Parts: sequence; structure tokens; C-alpha cells
Amino acid sequence: MSITAGIDIGSTYTKAIVIDDELKILAKEVRATGFRLKEVGYAALQACLEEAGLESDRTDYVVATGIGRHQVEFKDIHVTDLTASARGATQLFPATLSILDVGGQTMKCSRLTDAGKVHSFRLNDKCAAGTGAFLEKTARYMGFSMEEIGSMIESSKESVPISGVCAVFAESEVINHLSLGTPPSTIMHGAIDSLVGRSTQLMKRVKAEPEYTLIGGILKLDMMARTIGQQLNTKVNVPPKDMVQFVSAYGAAILGQWRLERLASA
Amino acid sequence: MVYAGGVDVGSTQTKAVIVDDQGTIVSRALIDTGADVLGAAESAFAQALEQGGLDKDDIAYVIGTGYGRYRVTFGDDQITEISCHGRGAVHMFPKTRTVIDMGGQDTKAIRVSPSGDIDDFSMNDKCAAGTGRFLGAASSALEIPLDNLGTVALSFTRPVRISTTCTVFAESEVLSWLGKGKKVEDILWGVHQSIAVRSFALLRRVGVEQEVTFTGGVARNAAMIKALEEKAGVQFNISEESHFMGALGASLFALERVAGEQKTQPSAETDR
Repeated sequence: MSITAGIDIGSTYTKAIVIDDELKILAKEVRATGFRLKEVGYAALQACLEEAGLESDRTDYVVATGIGRHQVEFKDIHVTDLTASARGATQLFPATLSILDVGGQTMKCSRLTDAGKVHSFRLNDKCAAGTGAFLEKTARYMGFSMEEIGSMIESSKESVPISGVCAVFAESEVINHLSLGTPPSTIMHGAIDSLVGRSTQLMKRVKAEPEYTLIGGILKLDMMARTIGQQLNTKVNVPPKDMVQFVSAYGAAILGQWRLERLASA
Repeated sequence: MVYAGGVDVGSTQTKAVIVDDQGTIVSRALIDTGADVLGAAESAFAQALEQGGLDKDDIAYVIGTGYGRYRVTFGDDQITEISCHGRGAVHMFPKTRTVIDMGGQDTKAIRVSPSGDIDDFSMNDKCAAGTGRFLGAASSALEIPLDNLGTVALSFTRPVRISTTCTVFAESEVLSWLGKGKKVEDILWGVHQSIAVRSFALLRRVGVEQEVTFTGGVARNAAMIKALEEKAGVQFNISEESHFMGALGASLFALERVAGEQKTQPSAETDR
């Protein structure tokens, strides 16, 4: 049985996944990326192998992806996060034509061909206002952690406008709203609306079309997917919560299996 | 003796200045703005009064300025910080034609006429890159107090180029350079250069006309002065009072109002 691994070194989190030749997930692992990019990918993979009860050198092929993919020394190949997410998303939702990936420090939108290849894409990676960092900052100004956001906003029925031009300037807006007695959940709801506004703009620019698949750690927030769906006025695909962050890593591992097959038949 | 006051409520710090009828600074106060903007304005003003040994009834006119100027509810009027920085800079350096004001959350380039009126200005209103906030991010990432950043940066030998635009991402870029073994001073000089590039873009938009006066809290940072002067290719006027320039300008406007009132009052009487 061939075992492949996908390692996705993201700006904020590193994800590792180990699969068999039937593309079944044997184990997955996430940890904060930090600043030791070389070590973190290895540590995440070793944790995966241990969880799956496999030897530490059992992988037949390792594919690295994500912003830190070049730092993974033990990889066989690396692919861009766009390629990896396209493969992962079409595996989970075969009719996917557009992918929105919202991570800690980037927002990516790609348009796929009918064959599941990346046709065009747009990135937001220069400004925190269009990324998870915007939500994290907004939450932190109010004394909440990223983990607390989910349960906090679920009760929210309304939102206040948060301009979303700059994550730093949002602090003054948040303080203003708080001083007017606006509940934190309503403010957070406004921040999510603002991020959704940014993401739908990005999707327009790649001429996104259904089916839409939404991935990335920020999509663990139900409200995010729900609001995007309302904005686009269509149903959107969202992988289960324990998988939504791993789509690119999964895609990378699948590409590893394909590569092995091709090597075997060559 | 007639006194006038100016209170500059900035995004990060609140400054208060009291001047006498000659426009000479009698006392000054500086505190963090925090979340209670009105409280900050009141206590900065109270501190300035105390320092000058004055009572609030001694102050004939008070003008509020800065982003929180409408919270200076005890003031008689409000004037934008752009006008006030222009006025303060021309008072300190009469040949000033261009002012670059770098504060906690915004940077402004201002062109003033010989009389101190505003001809043109340009500011960052969409993004905090190129402002003091970028230094704040570096300060917390490197755990070096804000006031020491400039001195540390000036000992650089091999500058690091900071590629991040966004202030939020700057913190992680600084840490990642540190992780790659770069020296603190080399990273910090890169941070100063990056801010200089951004703020020079604002300066260029209004035109760099000599003399240039550098105001705002960041003007106390020697590395920032060097980086920005290198970029602009001219030497700046720097005052000891750079941090208080907006408040000074406001108090000078207040003084003019007092003088104006004294002149116009008799004629107002005859009108009745």
C-alpha cells in the first residue's frame, strides 16, 4: 500500500495529512507555523504518522504546499497552494468551479476549468483587512480570542458597519462602537460582513461561477459561509469543520498518489 | 496676562499646550489617549494647567484639534490638526513651506503658504502603513521600547529589506527575519526605511518645497529623521516641541481669537 503525505505550511498554521492509495485519510495534524518553518512541517508529519501507527519513514511520497513549501527539506515535490486546493476541493465536491480560501494572512480565490485545473486566480496578501487577521485583530481589541468568536457571534442577529479598509483603523471603530454600548457580538458580526464583502469582490474579479467551495481555517465560522452564500445568492459547499482547514494538504497528498501511479506506470 | 490653550487629541496620545500672549509656551502635557477620549482631553489640559500654576479661568480661549477634537467639550472651538500643524510649524520655523507630520496612526504631508495657511495636503486615510503604528508593531515584536527604536536602528550595518506593506503583517515579518538570524538593528533600520518610502510618497504628492519641518511624535526618532531625509534629499527642521506642534498651533489660533475678540468687542457694543 502506498502512503503519501501532504504538508501545507500556511502563514499562520501548518497542516499535515497522511493518506493511503484509496485516498483515505489515515491521520491529520495542525499546529501553529511559528518561525521555524523547517522544523514545523517535519514535526506535524511525524505526529501524523504516529497517530496512524506508521513508522516515521513510512511515507512513499511527500508533497509540500503553502507559503512555506520551499522550506520543507524532506519533500519530494512542492506545488502551489492553488493547485493543491483545486485538487482537494474537487475531490470533496467534484462539481467545484470556484474556490475561496480564507486563511490567517491571505485570501485566495481561484476559478477552475471543467477538468479541475486552475484557470485564473486573485490573491489578497498585502493587506490584513481581507484576511483572518482582520477578525483576529477585531476580536482582540475587545478582549476575545479567535477561538471564542464562533460561539460569540452565533447569537448575533444584527451587525454594525465596520469599514474594513484597514485592520489597524478598525480598532478606533471598535472602540467607538463599544463606547456607544454596542454588544461585542454585533461588532464581530459587522467585521465578518466586512470580510465577506472583500471576498465577494475577489470572487467577482475571477468571474467565479458555481459550484463554489469555501475552504481555509476562517470557514470554521458558520456565519462566514452562511453570509457568503446569502451574498452570492446560491448554495455553497463547505467541507466539514474538521476538514475545512486541511483541503490544500489533502489535495497535496492526492497529487502525491497520482505522481506515484505515474512513476509506477512509466 | 492673557493665556490661551490648545488640546490635540491624537489617535495614540493627547497633547495639551498653554501659551502666553506672546505665543511662548508656558506649559505642556502629554498622556496616552486610551479609550476614554474625553477623559484624556480633560486630564491633559488639567496637567498643563497644574504645570503652569494656572487655573482654568486664567485661560481665555481653548481650541481642540486632532481626531478626537470634538470630544474637547470644554474647548471654545475646534480646528483640524492639519491647520494646527501648519500653524505651529510656521511659528517655530517661519520659512516652513512643507510639513510632514507623523503620528501614531496617520501621516500627513502639508504644504503651507508663507502666511501659514494650508495650500494642499495629503494623508493616509485607508491604511496604517507608513505611520508610527508600524514602529509600534516592530517595538512589540522585538520587545524594545518605542523610544529606543531609533537609537538601536542607527547602529545598523547590513540593512534588511522589509517587504510587508500591512502593519499587521509587519510584526510577523520582523519575527521571521529574527528567526533567520538577522540582527535587530539591521531589521529595525529596514522598518524605518519602509516607513520613509511610504511617507515620502505622501510628501511627493504635495511637492517637497523647502523648508521642510518634521512634526508629530515620530519626529523625535533620530533614525526616522535620517531615513526620511535620505529619501527626500533635504534636511528637515526639527523642533524640541515637534510632538506638541499640533497643540501649539491650536493654542496660537486660540490666542488670535482672543486678540480678535478684544478688538471686535467695542464695535459689537456700538452695533447694539
